[in-house]
Amino acid sequence: MTLTHLKRAVLKLGFWLMVIALVVYATFPFYYAVVTSLKPSSEMFQVGYWVDSVDWSNYVAVLSQDSFVQSIINSVIVAFSVVAIALLLGLTAAYALGRVRFKGRTRVMMLVLGVSMFPQVAVLSGLFEVIRVLDLYNSPGGLILSYTIFTLPFTVWVLTTFMRQLPDELEEAAIMDGASPWVTLTKVFMPLLWPAMATTGLLAFIAAWNEFLFALTFTLTDSERTVPVAIALISGGSQYELPWGPIMAASVIVTVPLVILVLIFQRRIVSGLTAGAVKG
Amino acid sequence: MASVQLERVSKRFGSTHVIDEVSLSIDHGEFVVFVGPSGCGKSTLLRLIAGLESISDGDLMIGGKRVNELSPQERGVGMVFQSYALYPHMSVYENMAFGLKLGKASSESVAERVNETARILQLEALLERKPKALSGGQRQRVAMGRAIAREPDILLFDEPLSNLDASLRVQMRNEIARLHGRLGSTMVYVTHDQVEAMTLADKIVVLNKGHIEQVGSPRTLYERPASKFVASFIGSPSMNFLEGTCRSTDARETRVELKALGEVVLPYGVDSNAVGSPITLGIRPEHLTPVQATGSDAFEVINVEYLGNESCVYVDSDAEAFLTCRVEADTPIARNDTVSLRIDTAQAHLFDEHGQALARAQDSAL
Repeated sequence: MTLTHLKRAVLKLGFWLMVIALVVYATFPFYYAVVTSLKPSSEMFQVGYWVDSVDWSNYVAVLSQDSFVQSIINSVIVAFSVVAIALLLGLTAAYALGRVRFKGRTRVMMLVLGVSMFPQVAVLSGLFEVIRVLDLYNSPGGLILSYTIFTLPFTVWVLTTFMRQLPDELEEAAIMDGASPWVTLTKVFMPLLWPAMATTGLLAFIAAWNEFLFALTFTLTDSERTVPVAIALISGGSQYELPWGPIMAASVIVTVPLVILVLIFQRRIVSGLTAGAVKG
Repeated sequence: MASVQLERVSKRFGSTHVIDEVSLSIDHGEFVVFVGPSGCGKSTLLRLIAGLESISDGDLMIGGKRVNELSPQERGVGMVFQSYALYPHMSVYENMAFGLKLGKASSESVAERVNETARILQLEALLERKPKALSGGQRQRVAMGRAIAREPDILLFDEPLSNLDASLRVQMRNEIARLHGRLGSTMVYVTHDQVEAMTLADKIVVLNKGHIEQVGSPRTLYERPASKFVASFIGSPSMNFLEGTCRSTDARETRVELKALGEVVLPYGVDSNAVGSPITLGIRPEHLTPVQATGSDAFEVINVEYLGNESCVYVDSDAEAFLTCRVEADTPIARNDTVSLRIDTAQAHLFDEHGQALARAQDSAL
């Protein structure tokens, strides 16, 4: 009797130790960035795990730079545009690939998947040419185009999978009600695909928000940069000084929107909206 | 006027003929039921009328107008699906109003129409609910409401009751019958349940492998099946079949030699070409009576099923599968008894070697 109790207690303890280890592992870097960003530069290189006194000077320093504020605005424009375009194209493509029977459907799906497997660096030079020809160099348009290319395959795949799970009779009911394909998609399918759209939209947003390589390559001036590049290019008074304080403050500033977005959409990502659609 | 005519309508998926040159005429206000075993094409035929599948060959006319290329809405048809297919994110009201709004009706007329429909189907109290908060029968009624809210000329039902439990099924069956009386619209109903077919239909269409076996009133189908297939499909327990040979026939009687029961004289004449050829005699369980065994032609009783209002006696016959007799509930017959069988000869049916019914010489019209 006591032995089983003991065993249960040990197992429970082990479980929670693992949970704590995982949480520490996942959040420590971010936590350390927050702690560092709240220290004055004089204390920067004293190792400490607690914040004794909050000091906002790093945040003030970062936000007083116009170019950094501009890069946040650029990031917002780029990320939201990418999400909007990816979801619009993804939804319509998913309707075609998931609902309409045509020859070569599987091949199209495979092609889409194949494209997404190329590493960014591999397409960098080619994409650079495309952007130069389209006259999108050093503008948010170039970034929106290149990010969309990389988020679309994923968006299309996920939305197609969800679209296929919706019962056929739902679409047929809409047809009987006189709905056009567009009305069926927007009025019947879209509300049911909300969880999938929230998930894919969020991931597309994160990808676009954090992307570095394209942002560095396709922009030239401070006024067109996005946040990751702007942070990387924050420089100190001399080439021998790396201003860790402002860099950490800037990192925290750009991470907070992501955390908030995830918390908002967390509930949306819960499935089960289709309950009651068909027999039960 | 919403009559429906199918003229040599075919449907092919690749090289398979799902519907093969079906011709059928449905009058305005008629309740027509398509029955048949699974895979006979009955649902496909309904979907062709609905406009959810394209017609490969032939003409579909609604109200005298060819509608092959028209959309479901332009055809003026409404459909109730097997799984209901309600829009899960919309309330009952929105579900029923969806088609009306798409039809560009004004919001007052939409509200009026939906409320009227809800009143007919007793859904007034549920208008604000989502489908997931409804019971099976209520969902079924909403699905019907959605189909009739737009006041289609023709209502199509695709096995609407197969997801309901037995008692609810009987209740909804009666509601559909009442609805038909009230709306007076043409209804086409697909089911594999012959009880639904018999109880609801003005006219039953029996389908088999993509073609029509027989069209007729429930009574015609039961009492004068055109083929062995219809005879075995309609009626439960199903008809008994006995192999034999036609010996002679004239205007008043036909002599048949049965392998299992010996010579039987039927009190009607058939086509004289049948004489000498193998035939099948069909007899319904209620017209086959087991009696006390008398000498030679004795059969063993395999099982007796007591059903409350009646009993079924299963008899082992040497030649074919066992025979079924329907008797009174308190039958003295028990398992392992030996019995003789008496055929109510006026009720027997004869089928030729191709399974087609042999027409009676002087048949009273049904």
